[in-house]
Order: sequence, then C-alpha cells, then structure tokens
Amino acid sequence: MKYTSLAIDDPAELIFGVAPHPLTTREGMVIGGGTVYPELNFTLPPITIDAAGMAEVRRNYADIIEGALGRAAELTAPGVVIEFETLPPMTEHPEWGMEIVNILIEGMEREKARSGLKSVLRMTPNDNREFERPPLMRRGRYWEAMLQLFEGSAAAGAELLSIESVGGKELHDEALVNGDLAASIFSLCILGERDMRFLWTHLNDIAKKHGVYCAGDTACGFGNTAMVLAEQKMIPRVFAAVVRAVTAVRSLVAYECGAVGPGKDCGYENPILKAITGFPMAMEGKTSACAHLSPMGNLAAATCDTWSNESVQNIKLLGGMAPTCYMEQLIYDCRLMNCARAEGRDSARMLQRWLVESDVATDPQAFIISPESSVELARAIVGSDSHYHAGIAVARKAVSLLREANAAGRLRIAGNEAGWFDTLDDTLDDLPDSEGEFISQQLALADSTKFIAAEYGLT
Amino acid sequence: MNELHPLTQAVINGRRKEVPDLVQQCLDAGEDAKSIVQDRLVPGMTVVGERFKKNEIFVPEMLVAARAMKEALKILEPLLVAAGVRPEHTAIIGTVEGDLHDIGKNLVAMMWKGANMEVIDLGVNVPPAKFVEAIAQHKPHLVGLSALLTTTMPAMRTTVKAIRDAGIPVKIVVGGAPITREFAEEIGADGYSRDAGSAVDAALELLRAKA
Repeated sequence: MKYTSLAIDDPAELIFGVAPHPLTTREGMVIGGGTVYPELNFTLPPITIDAAGMAEVRRNYADIIEGALGRAAELTAPGVVIEFETLPPMTEHPEWGMEIVNILIEGMEREKARSGLKSVLRMTPNDNREFERPPLMRRGRYWEAMLQLFEGSAAAGAELLSIESVGGKELHDEALVNGDLAASIFSLCILGERDMRFLWTHLNDIAKKHGVYCAGDTACGFGNTAMVLAEQKMIPRVFAAVVRAVTAVRSLVAYECGAVGPGKDCGYENPILKAITGFPMAMEGKTSACAHLSPMGNLAAATCDTWSNESVQNIKLLGGMAPTCYMEQLIYDCRLMNCARAEGRDSARMLQRWLVESDVATDPQAFIISPESSVELARAIVGSDSHYHAGIAVARKAVSLLREANAAGRLRIAGNEAGWFDTLDDTLDDLPDSEGEFISQQLALADSTKFIAAEYGLT
Repeated sequence: MNELHPLTQAVINGRRKEVPDLVQQCLDAGEDAKSIVQDRLVPGMTVVGERFKKNEIFVPEMLVAARAMKEALKILEPLLVAAGVRPEHTAIIGTVEGDLHDIGKNLVAMMWKGANMEVIDLGVNVPPAKFVEAIAQHKPHLVGLSALLTTTMPAMRTTVKAIRDAGIPVKIVVGGAPITREFAEEIGADGYSRDAGSAVDAALELLRAKA
C-alpha cells in the first residue's frame, strides 16, 4: 500500500473547494485551490452512432459546447471542466472519438478567445473491454483502440485523463444480486486492484509523454450499480453502503499509480480518497438527477472540488438545450459554495455542515460518505498492509459505523435491513487472513466462464 | 390458514439441502413431477415474489429461494422431459446490439425463471439477426429486449422490426433506463417494463392476453 497515513484527518477540513494537493491547469484553473468549478458532462439523444450518422453526432457536440460555454461565460463562471465521456462506438473507432475531442477543444478555445472563459477537458474513454465475454483485459482490439484514443486525446490537448474502468465487474454484478460481500471484495480488491494497476500504469505513461494529468477512476460499475439497485429496493441499502466503502480500495489504485485528481465525478467513494491522498475530487449529487437518482444530493457536495451533473442528453427543455440548462444549474451550485468560502472558514464550514446534516441520517449510503465516516474509513484503509486486508478492514469499519449509528438513532435503517449487519459481519469473520487462500477459495467458487483469471495475472 | 406443504416451505425459506429429500417424499407418495412443480414449488416462489413486491425481502433472499427450487428441478426435470412436459411459457431475452449493460436484463431473467418460465438468455450486444434466429429455433412465447444507452435505442427499434419482418408470432416486451412506454409503443413492442421488479407482471399480462 502506497498510502500509510491520511492527508486529511479532520472531517471539518474534508471540505469543498480545498485540497492539500491542488491541481493547476494550463489555463490557470486551480482545482482544489479554494474555488469549486462546475464540471459538465453530456450525451447524445437517441441517434445511431455509425459512419453515416457521424455528421449528426458532430453537430450535436458542436451545439452542446457552444451553448454550454456561452452560458458559462454569461454567468461569469471562474472556469469550467468539460468532460467528454465517449459512447462505445467512439472508443471502438478512435478516429470518431478524436473528431469529437477536436470539436470540443476548438469550441473551448473559441470561447476563451471570445470571452476569456477558462476551461479544461477531461477525457473519459468508455471502457469497451467487456464487449468481449469473457473480457480480454490486457490485449485485443478493444484494449488497443482505447489506448489509441487516450493517446490521441492527450496529444490534442485533453489535460485530464479518466475512465470508468470495468476490471472485476464481470463477477461483481452477481456478487451484488447475491448479497455476497466476499465475492464483492474479491472483485474489487483482488481482480479490480490488479486491473487498475495494469491500466493506470499505462495511462500514466501516456500522461507523462504528453504533459497531461491522470485524473482518476471510479468504481461506478460497482458502487453506483449497488446504489441504484438499493434505490430500486433490489438489494439492502446497508449492503450497498458497505460495498461503497470497499470500492475506495479499488479506486485508490489509480492514485497509487500516478493519478492526481480531480477524481472522477461518479466516484461517490471520492471523499474517502480525498482524505487519503489530499488530491481534489469531482462529485455529483442533486444536479445529476438527470442521469440517476441518489440518496445524498446535498451531502455529496460537502467535499467536492468540481461539481458535476454526471450526464444529460442533448434534448430541448423549456429553458434551452439540456446541457446549457445544467451548466447554469452547476454554476449556481458552485457560486453558493464559493460565496461561503469567500466569506471565510466559518461560513464554509457552516455550509459544509448543512450539506451533510440535510442528508446524513436518511440513508446508509449518505452516512458512509459523510466527512466524519470518510475519515474513519480512510484510516481503516491506510492502516492495512494489502488491498485485500484493506477491503476487509474498511468493510468491517463500515458495518460498525452503520450499526452504531442505527443503534444511536442517528441513521434511519429499514426494519428488514437490520439483520444484514450480522450477515455481513459473519461473512467478514469467515474470510481467511491469507490472501492466497482467499484467492483460491474465490477462484473455486467463481463462474469460470465469465472471466479469465490470467487476464488479472492470476493463475 | 392452511399450513403450507413442507416442500413449499423449504423453497420459501431457501432450505436447499432439505429439498431433495422432500421432493423424493412427494414422488414416493405418488405425486407426478408436473404437479410437484405446479402445486409445491411454484406456490413457494409465488410467496417469495409477493414478499419481494411488498419490499419485505430483497433479491439475494429471493435467489436463495430460487436456488432451493433449482435443487428440486434437478431431480424433476428428467422426469418432466420424459413425460413431454415443458414449462408453460418460454422466453428469450437479451441486450440489444451495441449495448453491454446486463445487470437489469439478468435480474429480469432471474425473475422470469422464478415465475417458472423457461428463459434463454442471449447475452449482451445481440444483433437483430441473432434474436430472429433464436426465436425461430426456440419458438418462445415472449422476447425481452433491454437497452441502457440512449444511443442504443435505435438498435431496439431495428430489432423489433427484424422480429416483426420475420413474421414469427411472439410477444415483445422492452425495458431499460432510457425506455418509455411511449417509445415501446412507437417501435411496435407489445409491452413495457419500467424496471426489473415489474417485469414478471409485465410478462404475465402479455402472456395472459395471448391466451
């Protein structure tokens, strides 16, 4: 484990807009340096992405960037982060993805020349490796095309590199629907950890070569899948919250391999990572309901350095095109946080407290990423000697925090969920201390048709 | 209140290890395989499904019950095949071409199986031709199409059209985060399920209408 102590050990200092290790962009935006920036993400309406449809695809992205940045300039945003998260065909055909990268960068440069608006592009190629079943994680055309798009984007001027990587997901979905914490830890802390290390070592090489930053990953396909399944009452919220805590171990690996933030917006585990690394983090909450519901719309903002809408379709709303409307919403959210910061430390802490207190008691997921819980969970991770042990330690701490809060009446947990505390603790008690023994156990239990152990360096 | 049969109760409680003996007791008592499925196992899964619908239990608990039922079917299926008995309903399910999201689709497949449907899962990124081919081969009563991305909604439309053009009579139900009832109607699907939890009701409604 690279990190053995915390960068932030006081929950009051785990706060929006400030990170111990801020990041300065080429245009001079200082992320984590006292200002919260809006981060806009967008997607296409229902249209087919193929060679014949690329003209319409290009037109959509050109309209999006012109409209959204124009509004940002009118509202005198201090700077904006634009995230381009590709759709599968754009990673599969990197030349299509690059066309959009260039359209966005041109739009950003045009707005900079027109109004002086600062902006930075986060490039997030969609991870297509799982198109193969079982996935090839370290080779093959999907891997090659993805790296080609990262490389081309970095060369073209995308300054922040991110991804929602999928290593371990091929077993994790089943772990979730089975309520199987051991399998979740195997997916996240054994398979995920190995894939992250392989992937982010390559991305770090690309970033160094082009003088850009590895920003960070997210366990979206793991923690957010759990969160949404819990929202739909498919799995217990308590279980989803514990899984969230464990996802931090997986996402941490990007920072161990050179990422410096801002962490990817949909990583709700980011407060834990900010406490460990001191790097700035993107977060999303109430203003990302356009993409998915969550139980912590306010609380998620308490620790953010950029504030995101996750994704919105380019469709017409009464106020204008949706990305433009969401740019406006994000800017107003950020204005409030920046106003509190400008008024001084006490005001910022008061707003942080309100953001936390308005959500924290209502849901285990919110409770688990509060600044107070995040610091405790972060401490459990850095006190461990391996990612496997960190997974166990952080899961155990999460169960303990949730159990205590429920007993003390500080957290509302449904009656049919209380029994899950014992189930989860029993599972953790049964896990072997030896990582090798755990891997052998899980390999014997896992569906071998769904993944290739060698793709994770396991034999 | 009538006491439930021990096999039904074992399914409800997910007591998988007890199931083989209980099935054997039913067979020894002269019950045929079909009636054991219909009168002992399906009522158990119906209770479990009702508890899930009332938010009393979660999918993991439902899966424990499903695994108990599967233990019974391991014994009964050879007998059912020998007697020429098939599940009342067969369904094909898959995520449309270009889309690789499958947890919703997997949940629907699991719930349909729990409702005693035979489910053939074609996986993710399934081209229209593969759906048509599978429908021609398995002759299902129902086809389920899933999409998570706005940009794969056109593939759902193409798939429905391909199935209709093939002229094979089958009910089609669609679902996924960006899918609406209006879109389902517009592309010519017969039914729409807003989430995995309501997929069984959506399927049964269509299948009853067919009957």
